[in-house]
Amino acid sequence: MDMPRHWRLKEQRYNLVGTECLICGAKLFPPRPVCPDCNSKQMQPFTFSGQGEVYSYSTIFEAPLGYEGFIPYAVALVKLKEGPVVTAQLTDLDNDEAQVGMEVEMVTRKLREYGEDGVIVYGYKFRPIGWY
Amino acid sequence: MRDVSIVGIGQTKVGEHWEKSLRDLAVESLWAAMDEVGIEKADALYVGNMLGGQFVGQEHLGTLIADFAGLRGTEAFRVEAACCSGAAALRQGYLAVASGLHDIVAVTGVEKMTDALGCTTAAGLATATDGDYEASQGLSLVAVHALLMRRYMYKYGATNADFAMFAVNAHRNAVGNPYAMFHRPISKDAFEKARMIADPINLLDSAPVADGAATLVLCPREQASEFSTQPIRISASAVATDSVALHDRRDLLFLESAYLSAKRAYQQAGVGPDDIDVFELHDAFTIMSALSLEACGFAERGEGYRLGQNGNISLEGPTPICTMGGLKARGNPVGATGVYQVVEVVEQLRGQAGPNQVQSPRLGMAQNIGGSGGTAITHIMEAMN
Repeated sequence: MDMPRHWRLKEQRYNLVGTECLICGAKLFPPRPVCPDCNSKQMQPFTFSGQGEVYSYSTIFEAPLGYEGFIPYAVALVKLKEGPVVTAQLTDLDNDEAQVGMEVEMVTRKLREYGEDGVIVYGYKFRPIGWY
Repeated sequence: MRDVSIVGIGQTKVGEHWEKSLRDLAVESLWAAMDEVGIEKADALYVGNMLGGQFVGQEHLGTLIADFAGLRGTEAFRVEAACCSGAAALRQGYLAVASGLHDIVAVTGVEKMTDALGCTTAAGLATATDGDYEASQGLSLVAVHALLMRRYMYKYGATNADFAMFAVNAHRNAVGNPYAMFHRPISKDAFEKARMIADPINLLDSAPVADGAATLVLCPREQASEFSTQPIRISASAVATDSVALHDRRDLLFLESAYLSAKRAYQQAGVGPDDIDVFELHDAFTIMSALSLEACGFAERGEGYRLGQNGNISLEGPTPICTMGGLKARGNPVGATGVYQVVEVVEQLRGQAGPNQVQSPRLGMAQNIGGSGGTAITHIMEAMN
């Protein structure tokens, strides 16, 4: 059953909680037990602001199982203001609207459903700032 | 440590084999290689495969294939490293022979992909990405590479059409390979008109899913002449890793795993990129050809895509790549691909590449990449006569 797998990620999916290295100050998303920059294991939770900019983007026309209903949909690498890059869908914009450098913010959206008896998975997507 | 040689090769045609199962394909290639060597037994069989569990509901492949090939009792297991499972199995075979623990080792790469439907295939391949932070966001493996390609184009001012010659070159070369999936050349125009899968990656940027199996037989170099008149020495075998997720890379546009594994391989063989006569690189997508050429020292950063444009990569050029069609046109039966690459380097070094023969090659390199660059495995092979 997929439920615990998604439940375990609730802090990341809903609040963008990563880690901060207490030794070198690196801010990391997703959270890690060891810092890839300085190898320190002294990490503490860090909540990201959800603000960032599009670093790269694509529109998907052939989707993996579970996402077919969304095509075409835009995805991006979003460089968060605090440093790390996150992979996520873009939302609330037209598919030909994405650009490198576009300022975006995190919102909570439905990622997918697992059928009638399955869970509905929510998580982060990013939308252009000032869209509404 | 002992020197290791390749004394036998076998392969099935790559394509849509509706009438053959995963085990049929594996056994066919294994027997072809064992027949060439003239052996009926091996000390061990290592199987490279990525998706058997997902696509045909079959794990436990080492044992299954050993059993159906008539090798019941033999040491056998499967090795997995996403899209470079084939090269990982060769690495395992190399370690077994080099260590002195085994003398005759068979390495089979096999994948059966065409039983699965398109979206199931995409979901299966996406397991090569970070499941919690890439695939679960709706990203396919193609989409992850599309993000890579878009950023590359943005940074270096390249266009989609600038990558066409990688696909054109691969298709041209596949015409002369009887085992290739496609035997039709494509035009630059057809490339530019191909439909988008995940823009900027179109259908002809992408290697096709396929069924296929390939096998290598290894033995210690000092025994090689007993089994083959043209043994090929493995001069280097090197594996390196990076982050699985593209977004976790230190430098998004540099394949650090490919760089490190090539560097280690060059050091082990005592050679450099200028010494390599044939390079079978991992052209799962055209962007990966450019990035591999840069990471392995054949092009400066940001210049890899230009190598395709001026004949450098053709059979007659200074850096022939994808000489038998590459992943793009030989086809990409994912977990088998790394073994196919080495089989093709062996064909070149033996002088058995037919119309695709590169002039008197001495050193050939094969680089198999897992996911979007999380793992890279590089082997360098050397003709001995």
